[in-house]
Amino acid sequence: MMRKKMILMIGASSLGIILCFAASLAFGSRNISLDTVLHTLLAGGSSFESRVIRERIPRTVFSILAGASLGVSGALMQAITRNPVADPSILGVNTGASLFVVSGIAFFHINSASEYIWFALAGAAVTAIFVYRIGSMGYGGATPIKLALAGTATSAALSSLVSAVILPRTEVMNAFRFWQVGSVSGATWDGIRIIAPFLAAGLLMGIFLASALNAMALGDDVATGLGVRTGVVRLIGALAGVLLCGATTALAGPIGFVGLMIPHTMRLLCGADMRLVVPMSAIGGAILLTTSDILGRLIGTPGELEAGIVTAFIGAPVLVSIAMRAKVRSL
Amino acid sequence: MKQTPYFTASSLVAGYDKKIIVNNIDIIIPKNKISVIIGANACGKSTLLKTMARLIKPVSGEVILDGKQISEIAPKQLARKLGLLPQSPVVPEGITVSDLVSRGRFPYQSFLKGMGKKDYEAVKEALDIMGITELANRSVDELSGGQRQRVWIAMALAQQTDILLLDEPTTFLDITYQVEILDLLTDLNQKRGTTIVMVLHDINLSARYADYIFAVKKGELISQGTPFEVITEEQMKQVFELDCAVIKDPVSGSPFIVPKGRHYVMVNESIEINE
Repeated sequence: MMRKKMILMIGASSLGIILCFAASLAFGSRNISLDTVLHTLLAGGSSFESRVIRERIPRTVFSILAGASLGVSGALMQAITRNPVADPSILGVNTGASLFVVSGIAFFHINSASEYIWFALAGAAVTAIFVYRIGSMGYGGATPIKLALAGTATSAALSSLVSAVILPRTEVMNAFRFWQVGSVSGATWDGIRIIAPFLAAGLLMGIFLASALNAMALGDDVATGLGVRTGVVRLIGALAGVLLCGATTALAGPIGFVGLMIPHTMRLLCGADMRLVVPMSAIGGAILLTTSDILGRLIGTPGELEAGIVTAFIGAPVLVSIAMRAKVRSL
Repeated sequence: MKQTPYFTASSLVAGYDKKIIVNNIDIIIPKNKISVIIGANACGKSTLLKTMARLIKPVSGEVILDGKQISEIAPKQLARKLGLLPQSPVVPEGITVSDLVSRGRFPYQSFLKGMGKKDYEAVKEALDIMGITELANRSVDELSGGQRQRVWIAMALAQQTDILLLDEPTTFLDITYQVEILDLLTDLNQKRGTTIVMVLHDINLSARYADYIFAVKKGELISQGTPFEVITEEQMKQVFELDCAVIKDPVSGSPFIVPKGRHYVMVNESIEINE
C-alpha cells in the first residue's frame, strides 16, 4: 500500500514539474503560446520568440534544481535537528555565505556572479563546520538542541558583521542587494555547471539517508538500539543539507521559506516517513520555486519580482490552509 | 543459580563526562529469564542498562554478547540480537502505529531492499502480541499512555531480538497499565524465551515478575539472586537505606515490602486481606 501511494504521489507531482517547466518557458514579460514552446524545444527555431524561450531555459532549469535542493535541504535539517520548523539556514549557512559575499565585494572587489558563487560556497562551508564543531562540544556530541543553538547564535553574530561591513559602504550595499534578495533570474549554464556536482551529491546523500533518519526520528537512543550510527548519520545529513543550501544560495542568494515550508507541508500531506518526505520535498520545492518565479514575472511586468519575495507570498497561505485541514482531520 | 555466560559485563566502569556512575560491575544476565535491576534514584542502574545496550561507551571493562565484545559487533548485526526500549523515546508528529512499529525492522533493511514479506510478518506479529492490531492505522499521538507503551514495545518486538532491554517501561503509567505491560512482557518471555532485562522502580512488582533481581547502590552491584534472596529486610535497608517489613505478597506469595518511615499510626481495627 505504502509503495503504491509513493508511486502515485511522486508520479502526480512529477507531472506538476513538467507543467511548471512548460509554463516557465511560456510566461513572462512576453507571453508565448505553448505550441511555439513545444515547437522550439523539439525542432529549434531562430525566431525572436524561440530566442526568448531559449533564454528562459537556464533560469527554469535552475529554479527547478534550486527548489528541489532547498526542499531536501530543509527536510534534512529538520530531521537532524529534530525541529519541525527548522530552516536550511539553521546551521548559519545563509549568513555565512552572505558575510563572505559582502566581504568579497567590500575588500576584494568581486563583482561577477561566478565570483560570488565561490565566496558564498566558502562562507557556507566555513560557517557550517564552525557551527558543527561548537554544537558537538561537551557530552553527547552533536545533539539537535546544541546544533540549533550554535547555529542561531552564530547566525546572529554573523549578520551583525554583515551589517557592519555594509552600512558604511553604499556601493557595497547596492551590489549586495541584488544577490541578497534571492533571485533565479541570474542563472547561467556556467553557474549551474559549477553548483551541479554539489547539488547531485547532496540529493543523493539525502535519499540514501532517509531510512536511517526515520529511525533517528524516534530519538537517538532508539536509533542506536536499531543499529544506526547516529553521529555519522547526523554529520552526513548536515553535510548534505549544507551542500544543497549553500550551493543554491551561492548562485541565487538566500531564498527563504522553501526549505522551511515544503518539508513541513510534505509531512502533513504524506506522513512521517522520510523515504517519501525527501523525494516529495524535492518535487514540492521545485514546483513552489518555479511557480514563484513565473508569478514574479507576471506580477512584476514589465520588470519582474524576485522569486525569493514571491515564495513566502504564495507559500504562507498554502501552508496555513494545509495545516488547518490537517488539524481538522486529526480531531 | 548457574548460567552459561551469554550476555555479560565484566569490570564495567561507565559514566558521563568524568563522573563515574557505574563502578566496576560484573554481571551475568541469566538466559531466557526476566531480570530486574533495582536501586535508589541516581544509583547507576539506568547507566548500567544503557552501557550494556551500547548507548554509553564504557570507560573501561567490557560487555560481552555470545562471546564477543558488543563494541566489535557491527551495529545492525547487534541490533538483530539486542533490542532496546529507552526511557523517553520520541514520537514523531503524525506517525501511525504501524509505521512506528515497522521502524523496528531497520536492522534488517538495506538501501536497495525495502520492507519485504518477512518484515511485514514481523510487524503483524508484534502488533498481535501486544494486542494493538486494531490500532494499526491510528496516529500514535492520539493514544493513551498505556497504549503508547505497548506500541513502543511492539516496535522493539518487531526487531525480533533474543534479548530485550527496557529502561523503566512502566514509569508514568497508572497501576493498571503497569501490571498489563509486565504481564505482556512475561507472556513474551514464556512464549518466545526472550531474555528480558529491565530497570523498575516498584520493588513489589519487581519481586512478583522477576526471575532474578540485581540491586545496585552507588554504582556497585551489592546484591543479586532470586526475589526471595534479594528482597529481605536487611538487604532493603542496605540498598535503599530504608527500614521496612517484608511480608508475603497475598496474591503471588513473593516477597512484598512495606516501608516504615517515621510517621505512622497503628490502627486498631484489624485489616482483612482477601486471599
